[in-house]
Amino acid sequence: MQCLAELPIGSIGEMVRIFDNNLEQKLLEMGCTPGENFKVIRKAPFGGPVAILISSYILSIRREDAKSIEVIELRNE
Amino acid sequence: MSNQVFKIALAGNPNSGKTTLFNALTGLKQKVGNYPGITVEKKLGTIRFSDDYEAIAIDLPGTYSLFPKSIDEEVAQQILCNKDNSDYPDITLVVADASNLRRTIFLLTQIIDLKMNVVLALNMVDIATKKGLIVDVNLLSKKLGIPVVAINARKGKGIEVLKKTLINSLDRSPDYPFLDVGKLFKGAIKKANIIRNVENNYASFMALCKQKLSGELENRCALNQLCKSEDIIPERAQAKETVNRYSLIDKLVKETVKQGEPIGKYMITRRLDDLLIHPFYGYIIFLLILFVIFQVVFSLATYPMDLIDGLFVDIQMFVAQTLPKGLLNDLVVNGILAGLGGILIFVPQIAFLFAFIAFLEDTGYMARVSFITDKLLRNVGLNGRSIIPLLSGAACAVPAIMSTRTISSWKERIITILVTPLMSCSARLPVYTLIIALIIPAEDYFGFNLQGIVMMSFYMIGFISAILVALLLKYIIKSKEYSYYIMEMPSYKIPDWKTVGYTIYEKVKIFLFDAGKIIIAVSIVLWFMSSFSPGDNFEKIEQKWKGHENAEFNINADKLEASYAGIIGKMIEPAIKPLGFDWKIGISLITSFAAREVFVGTMSTIYSVGDSNVKSIQTRLSELKNPDTGEAFFTPAVGISLMLFYAFAMQCMTTIVIVYRETNHWKWPFIQFIYMGFLAYVSSLIAYQLLS
Repeated sequence: MQCLAELPIGSIGEMVRIFDNNLEQKLLEMGCTPGENFKVIRKAPFGGPVAILISSYILSIRREDAKSIEVIELRNE
Repeated sequence: MSNQVFKIALAGNPNSGKTTLFNALTGLKQKVGNYPGITVEKKLGTIRFSDDYEAIAIDLPGTYSLFPKSIDEEVAQQILCNKDNSDYPDITLVVADASNLRRTIFLLTQIIDLKMNVVLALNMVDIATKKGLIVDVNLLSKKLGIPVVAINARKGKGIEVLKKTLINSLDRSPDYPFLDVGKLFKGAIKKANIIRNVENNYASFMALCKQKLSGELENRCALNQLCKSEDIIPERAQAKETVNRYSLIDKLVKETVKQGEPIGKYMITRRLDDLLIHPFYGYIIFLLILFVIFQVVFSLATYPMDLIDGLFVDIQMFVAQTLPKGLLNDLVVNGILAGLGGILIFVPQIAFLFAFIAFLEDTGYMARVSFITDKLLRNVGLNGRSIIPLLSGAACAVPAIMSTRTISSWKERIITILVTPLMSCSARLPVYTLIIALIIPAEDYFGFNLQGIVMMSFYMIGFISAILVALLLKYIIKSKEYSYYIMEMPSYKIPDWKTVGYTIYEKVKIFLFDAGKIIIAVSIVLWFMSSFSPGDNFEKIEQKWKGHENAEFNINADKLEASYAGIIGKMIEPAIKPLGFDWKIGISLITSFAAREVFVGTMSTIYSVGDSNVKSIQTRLSELKNPDTGEAFFTPAVGISLMLFYAFAMQCMTTIVIVYRETNHWKWPFIQFIYMGFLAYVSSLIAYQLLS
């Protein structure tokens, strides 16, 4: 199993599911639905948030929260 | 037919241009307040259509969904779900960023499913085009069954068409639903409708999933039962509904939006981000921006501030000489006008700071600041957005605290508000300057000016104590909300100057009218305390000094001693003696409550008793002798103790009033006053006892 926090910058991945209930609802509403593709575009220094490009906008999520997001890495650009 | 008034609610995602459209529709006819009991901003405005039609527009908080998870979403949800709500709209105008259609349609269809009369304003179509997105507006309108109008809120394009569409939609019965939750959760929704005595599937579904809603108290038990009997787990049901809704939306978006090649603009955001959130340059640039803000708020603002100050001195002089001498004259000059001047003096700093903040928010840079500082600041209980309030606190806590509204986490916002007044504000500067000149020799140590080093250390004390207290509060303040940081990073935009202007106007207005009332009242109380005394003491004083040289000087000083403020000053002397203060400093501590810098004035008045020569306050204080020891009164021990007291104590009524205004509760300014007072007392006590 892969989680979003592990993916390096430039990876293109697919959302699988989110383990934290509160986080899940919030992310689903913002368009992170299972099967949706995304690209990891930035990671903040000092273990700060990670930014992904999804549904044509940039979303940033804390690294800790990104650990409870299961993803599949499709390819790396 | 005469004037018909109806209600319009504006809903939309954050960064969708909702506020810009609200401003374009209402102009300056706006009223900003709070929803009762909470600190979510409530913005109302009037839209004039023609002689026949007028609408009251309400700007709902920007949200991504109507499922209440934050207080903002709860406000929006309560207004749209409840027909009995006084703000329930006749039309809901949903504002959508055309390049984020998928996400906006989510909120839009939620509102449609609540059986609302909806109009969609499709904003920023030009940016979408640059991103290569072509939206078929007519098809979208047909598929959704609602009117869709393409607009550009910034340039004011499409506003007239939108207004016409709104009027024409007044009696429209909406096409409903987009997603039928009645089919998704067959029996449960029907039964929930019966329990709630409504015929609204989606509202009942929301009630079923979120039974904690205040409006559903009476039905809570029955709804809970229903969940159990129908085997519904609210979180799962909600997730299922969201996923289903999105799959319908994806189908709709595929049909109505064509994706081409992005051009130009989109690349700019990427290039800028390469620099602005760079692991090294990102911080350097941010520090530079902070430095500029600090410089402007700290030094540039002093010019208009001096102007206001001078103007009020002139007005006070004029009124003092024009009005007949007496109580009324004194009340107007030293009570009301002094209070009014004390309020207006803050306006330049507030205006400058909010000009910067609105500019940084509107360009999209603030989201990047949060991105690079979130982790660092969260370690001490603060938020990426706390840094601007904290640093501006070094100029003045009042605008700084007003700027904490951008912090979305309640706990992090409260902590920021509580610690910001610890930063060394510019009102402490005259106090520090005076005391440092008295107790610290103007010598150089290792090439550094000693006075400068002491001044610098007091700024450091402010900053370090703010961080330490924040760290402590992180563990003390309990918060039910889970602190999320799920944030959209909007594309960079050239700021909309109108929006920046509105923000400044709005903040200044809130300060002048909401806080101004209380500040004037407190000024009058302080004036009363220092200009009245029990019995006929004042007449006796005037008799005593009649005919003396410099009579007025001595009369004023004696009067202050005999006044209520003086009485309190003497009353608290036993309590402040261990800090090295006498009752005269006690009076200054009390009058300083109007503003810290008043300290200098009060000291110069009160220490002039019996001295017939006009001297500068500094010489006067340096000549003072301690009646017990016969040596200089202002020893380094007394001076350091006094400076520490000013560094920590919450001696600013304006800040207290603003904290109340921003937290909507007297509890927070009270807690702040107590903890800062405690810090002040203890640190002064320790310093004095160790040094003397």
